[in-house]
Amino acid sequence: MRRATLAEWTKLRTVPGASGLLAGTVVLTVALGALAATVVRCEAAGCGPDATRLALTGVQLGQALVALLAVTAVCGEYGSGMIRTSLAAVPRRGALLAAKAAVVTGPALAAGAVAVLGSVLAGRLLLPGSGFTPEHGYPPLSLLDGPTLRAAAGSVLYFGLIALLGVGIAVAVRDPAAAAGVVLGLLYLFPLAVRLVADEDVQRLLWAVSPTNAGLAVQATTDAAALPLTPWAGLGVLAAWAAAALALGALVLHRRDA
Amino acid sequence: MTATAPYRSPLGTAGRDGFARLVHAEWTKFRTAPGGPAGLVLAALLVVGLGLLSAAGSHASCSKGPVEVPCPVPPRGPGGEAVEDHFFFAHQPLRGDGSITVRVSAMSGRIRLPDAVPGVRNVATAMTPWARAGLMIKASTRQGASYAAVMVTAEHGVRMQHDFTEDVAGLPGKVTPSTPRWLRLTRTGDTVTGEESADGVRWTKVAAVRLPGLPAQARVGLFAASPGDVRVTGNAVGGSTVTSRFSEVTAVMDRLDVRGAGTGGAFALDDIGVSYELDGSPHHPGGFRESGGTYTITGVGDIAPLTVGSTVENTLAGAMFALVAVIVVGVLSVTAEYRRGLVRTTLLASPRRGRVLVAKAVVVLAATFAGSLAATAVTLPLAKRVLAGNGVHLLPVSALTELRVVAGVAGVLAVSAVLALAFGALLRRGAAAVIAAVAAVLVPYVLATTSVLPEPVADWLLRVTPAAGFAVQQSIPEYPQVVGHHAPAGGFYPLPPWAGFAVLCGYAALVLALAVRRLNREDA
Repeated sequence: MRRATLAEWTKLRTVPGASGLLAGTVVLTVALGALAATVVRCEAAGCGPDATRLALTGVQLGQALVALLAVTAVCGEYGSGMIRTSLAAVPRRGALLAAKAAVVTGPALAAGAVAVLGSVLAGRLLLPGSGFTPEHGYPPLSLLDGPTLRAAAGSVLYFGLIALLGVGIAVAVRDPAAAAGVVLGLLYLFPLAVRLVADEDVQRLLWAVSPTNAGLAVQATTDAAALPLTPWAGLGVLAAWAAAALALGALVLHRRDA
Repeated sequence: MTATAPYRSPLGTAGRDGFARLVHAEWTKFRTAPGGPAGLVLAALLVVGLGLLSAAGSHASCSKGPVEVPCPVPPRGPGGEAVEDHFFFAHQPLRGDGSITVRVSAMSGRIRLPDAVPGVRNVATAMTPWARAGLMIKASTRQGASYAAVMVTAEHGVRMQHDFTEDVAGLPGKVTPSTPRWLRLTRTGDTVTGEESADGVRWTKVAAVRLPGLPAQARVGLFAASPGDVRVTGNAVGGSTVTSRFSEVTAVMDRLDVRGAGTGGAFALDDIGVSYELDGSPHHPGGFRESGGTYTITGVGDIAPLTVGSTVENTLAGAMFALVAVIVVGVLSVTAEYRRGLVRTTLLASPRRGRVLVAKAVVVLAATFAGSLAATAVTLPLAKRVLAGNGVHLLPVSALTELRVVAGVAGVLAVSAVLALAFGALLRRGAAAVIAAVAAVLVPYVLATTSVLPEPVADWLLRVTPAAGFAVQQSIPEYPQVVGHHAPAGGFYPLPPWAGFAVLCGYAALVLALAVRRLNREDA
């Protein structure tokens, strides 16, 4: 398993573009978070927005690049036929999948950590300028604050789970374009569906099964009580999606010729 | 020196390298590849299936006290649009030409605000910005009948409005006892002229409008109306609720002068469009009082086109989901060739590379448009029937607008597929191209409508990104004089329909040009 992981690491390290995607994840996440922290304004006490969540808005954009990293790392091997060599070297397919999932998730978590720290820092610096001041009931963002720490740590885990989801779907679908379509559909269409239905019960149900909506509940610090799920339970929904995707991927990998 | 003719293959004929041949070859590839037709069928099924599913699941119910009643069908204005026609009207008959003049000397109002203490009515003394009172000539007292009115508003100065959708601004300024406003409305044939004055001596024309359907005997008089106090609140899961709370306006008028055949009698009073409680008493009634030449008129409601409600484009919401499918189809039409090396055969057969890509784009555009159009053209009328059966009345629009929505949504899908194809040719990697296309078209829309970003940023996103193309499906225009939630999340786009679509087409053309450039410069 250690050797398989090392081999996967070497492959990922030498794939052109992987480091660019990780850097892009950080840049997009921090940039959108900084934009949100600049343009959303708080004019009076009790103005409403959840400042931590606002600073972490960029996760909604950065996740696309993490998904792309996962899909390219898997589908690239199918495109070039390298997968047959990989399977000849590591015949235990489950081990191969686990190693691949591990080496994609590791860098995703690392990039996620940098992106989240950058976003929290940007929020701490920019939010007071937009009216999120102690006088309006918003102390500066700080990781020493329990809910903010949970939101930040949860967002890092969120990136890791998106990577696992991407790996699972990519192994199951194999074609890079189709895999990217499925992952992005899962990530971005649920929030739209929530908005398109009129019935509030259906809205809450869709919200609770959506990988993005429920998963990002982990970022809620002030309005958590109004959400259908608790923050960690929400992240658990995303974890269930990732586990299901990996199980499906493992099944396809076992059953189908590469 | 002898000139030698260049070699020409005896097999080839002039027709073989024609563009039509190229398109035909690309069509054959597209048709027989596993991804293309299946993806388009999936996209069409998503549009039809989600459209019908959501229509079947939508029910409207209105209650009158504890009793459930079918929801009333909103009245239609002269232009066919659904309107709200609710105001207090003190009127006299007017046969043929005539005029009415009055001085408005004071305006005040009441607004119900969100309850500060639950269960206790929180009413403030204030006016909503478009609270208005003035003079009106109306074909009849039927809701939706043609009218023209000149009025003073709480915060938008003097206005001349007619037939619900039209609005002309006069001079700004508020009415106070020290700065009264004189208003005059004159009918000449089917032309109605509105004038205003600060002193009743020097008059300024606000506008002259034509009311083609105005009968010889019309009603003329004083009116007051006050649109509700609209507030938008987001809910925890990302939806938003628009509430409109009661507001009323009271205006004091004097120096009335009505001229024309039939006028001069007592005012008939009509609280037009008022709803009634179970016991038969009016809900939030208006009122009218006359004492010594001074008239005090109180009105509730709005005289305006309805802009909030289920729209025809709501039935095509499945297109957002189909979008991901057609993006994958567009990308695969190019990247599948790169993966299998077929692209080298293709370029050998047709060495003019740019034309190959354009032929591909033509095939993808036509196939996606045809498939999507079939889906949208079936879904909209079917969903409309299902909704009507469930008591949901869509805001009516003209057949031409409906056609624009049906074709426009199919067009957005087709042009997005071409944009995806161009990204595929530019990036040559399937996953990257799909993500680029989704990030360009879908993600800005999601961020603009479901995220925390405030409305100015959401508007900006839907102006400069390819997501601007969704504007083509907006069926109800935004009227500056109508109070409502005119934001992307409510289905209102910052650009006019075809301008938004042109932005999307521009992006597709730009990326396609970049892709042709790369194809011409680099090895395949």
